[in-house]
Amino acid sequence: MEVLVQQLINGVTLGAVYGLIAIGYTMVFGIIGMVNFAHGDVFMISAFIALIVFLAVTALAGLSGGVVFLALLAALIVSMVITSLYAWTIERIAYRKLRGSFRLAPLISAIGMSILLMNYVQVAQGSRNKPIPPVMRDTIPLFEQNGFVVAVSYKQVLIIAVTALLLGLFWYVVQKTPLGRAQRACEQDQKMAALLGINVDRTISITFVIGAALAAVAGTMFLTYYGVVVFSDGFVPGVKAFTAAVLGGIGSLPGAVLGGLLIGLIETLWSAYFSIDYKDVAAFSILAVVLVFMPQGLLGKPEVEKV
Amino acid sequence: MQAETRSRPPVDWTRLIKDAGFAAAIAFGLFALLVGLKTDQTLNNQMILVPRPQTLFALVAAVFVGRLLIGYWQATRAEGAARKKPRSNTMLKLEKYGLPVAVGFLVAYPLMVLFTVGPQGAIKWIDNFGIQILIYIMLGWGLNIVVGLAGLLDLGYVAFYAVGAYSYALFATSEPIKDFMAQIIGEGFWQAWAFWICLPVAGILAAFWGMLLGFPVLRLRGDYLAIVTLAFGEIIRLVLINWVEFSNGYAGISAIPRPSFFGIPFTAADNGFAATFGLEFSPIYRTIFLFYIILVLALVTAAVSMRLRRLPVGRAWEALREDEIACRSLGINTVNTKLTAFAIGAMFGGFAGAFFAARQGFISPESFVFHESAQILAIVVLGGMGSLLGVVIASILLVGGVEILRELDFLKQVFGDGFDPAQYRMLIFGICMVLMMLWKPRGLISAREPTVYLKEKKAVSADLVQEGHG
Repeated sequence: MEVLVQQLINGVTLGAVYGLIAIGYTMVFGIIGMVNFAHGDVFMISAFIALIVFLAVTALAGLSGGVVFLALLAALIVSMVITSLYAWTIERIAYRKLRGSFRLAPLISAIGMSILLMNYVQVAQGSRNKPIPPVMRDTIPLFEQNGFVVAVSYKQVLIIAVTALLLGLFWYVVQKTPLGRAQRACEQDQKMAALLGINVDRTISITFVIGAALAAVAGTMFLTYYGVVVFSDGFVPGVKAFTAAVLGGIGSLPGAVLGGLLIGLIETLWSAYFSIDYKDVAAFSILAVVLVFMPQGLLGKPEVEKV
Repeated sequence: MQAETRSRPPVDWTRLIKDAGFAAAIAFGLFALLVGLKTDQTLNNQMILVPRPQTLFALVAAVFVGRLLIGYWQATRAEGAARKKPRSNTMLKLEKYGLPVAVGFLVAYPLMVLFTVGPQGAIKWIDNFGIQILIYIMLGWGLNIVVGLAGLLDLGYVAFYAVGAYSYALFATSEPIKDFMAQIIGEGFWQAWAFWICLPVAGILAAFWGMLLGFPVLRLRGDYLAIVTLAFGEIIRLVLINWVEFSNGYAGISAIPRPSFFGIPFTAADNGFAATFGLEFSPIYRTIFLFYIILVLALVTAAVSMRLRRLPVGRAWEALREDEIACRSLGINTVNTKLTAFAIGAMFGGFAGAFFAARQGFISPESFVFHESAQILAIVVLGGMGSLLGVVIASILLVGGVEILRELDFLKQVFGDGFDPAQYRMLIFGICMVLMMLWKPRGLISAREPTVYLKEKKAVSADLVQEGHG
């Protein structure tokens, strides 16, 4: 019981990170129908930017409690801005020209972009693990049972709170603003949206930017939570987040968050009760099983086959 | 020609410079943190940031100049662009005559290298370039059956390569089989013949796995199929890593027997290859022999896929690629069609895997990462799906081009001693993949040869070919 509660807390934290990345996949798939393979690496880049900003701020101002908080905030904001710039550039260079081209072309381009980004970071920053000094190690004990203290750390509270806040904001943008309306319109029918005066190119760019900004939040949280990042960290979280998007129903925003939480929970519970070695196998198997037996996902619309 | 006699409008330099300045500003934003500051660890494990202003400045300047040049090129080219109409029949002719020439060149390649650089230098050129490229050509041709002919996008092809490699490695190093063979046939038999006996077994096992993995994904199409195959590829790799009793985990399997010359080992011993044929012992014979094995394997793959295209099953594959629904309405059994494509493609992957294990003598899960699948798929797509010659060109460009980076020592004189061109291998590979897609999304040889025609063959331009849903 006490282990279960602790694992649920850990799982929700991890799930929040996956959910944030999954939104990027699901939005891009919804609007241009492509799997943005480089999204996982964009997430990794955001974690690196957060790392560099955090190190820069703490190098200038020391490592006291208030500074750490400010440094994390600065890391989050700078990372969101620069990661968005990355995603904008990537869309502009590698995807825009291929829109409406042969079906495999954007996917191959995205795979190339993923390889490019990963090796760019490896060349620029080296291939070793990059740790940050341990921050916010304190925990809040919730209750104690059989000598096992169930606790939630400040980091976890921070991650869940920031995720919830940003998801709320994001939800508002998509549902209530002209931008969100344009986005949903493009998702339904790009030609019609263009005829009604929506700048489709711009809307697609913004979709990429929003996805990247949320991935940057995830990246900063990932860095804070694990305290370490390495150039190859984009692939596995990327695939898991894609699994989350598929599980929730690709194209559906609440589905992405739900899927992220489920994948996070499954992964932590699997590690706790079965075997930690096979946790990635579990995630990949879920991906395969869901795609084969339930391709529309939990909250997605079933695909209609048109002749 | 007419377009050039007309006077060009003057190049709008202010706009070009503005554009380039914008690109440079973006580049500065992108690179300022990630390139401008390097994270480093001090001796007492503290992370510090080392500024690199020169590198940053050089990169931003390069982007500025590059954007300027591209802009200038686009402005001057814009007029003449319309008159160019590609003639797709030339590509078809190239395919017809290019293939025999390429094969002839490959057959003569080891001897040519041997005579030009001598036995010492030749090993490197035959092994790193010849064999390495041929492995990818074979994998490309194998995957071409699945992706190019049947239109099933497979991102986990490396799984079958791994199945082939591990089946050969495990059978060949297995003590019980060795003892059993020693009892019934003779000591040393298994060591000498393992490759030739296990090669078909590895192919059959890989084909079996192809069917096994093919079954659940039959209903999927397009991107979804790609992602599920990717997941299967990763699952197989993770199992190989974690199931230590079976595969020895990360440590891999070493001391895998090398192929023999039909029973005669390539050793310095009295019964070795060199002694038997009265030659002086040299490791080059083994390398040349390996080269010819993979060449034959690759050519078999090409021949089989060329013949299969003319069989009913091959036509069913191509029909499936173009339109699955129409295919089903015409009574083609799509389940069997897809499964045969998966199985045959996987089988060739398995052969290549067994060869890879035999050539390396050591395998570990590290050799079967997702990146390999991506590389093979890139070769097929860059070559032009369905084109055999395209795969050859793409493998030479991608694999050979990346290998050649290791040889560029003169760059050290330009960029200083710490500069290692091999470090940039994968970075350049990624850039090439993106650029090739932007330049030719349908691959180098995109025209298709019709299987059925009236009177004369005419190439079908890629623009007229609409692939189905996958």
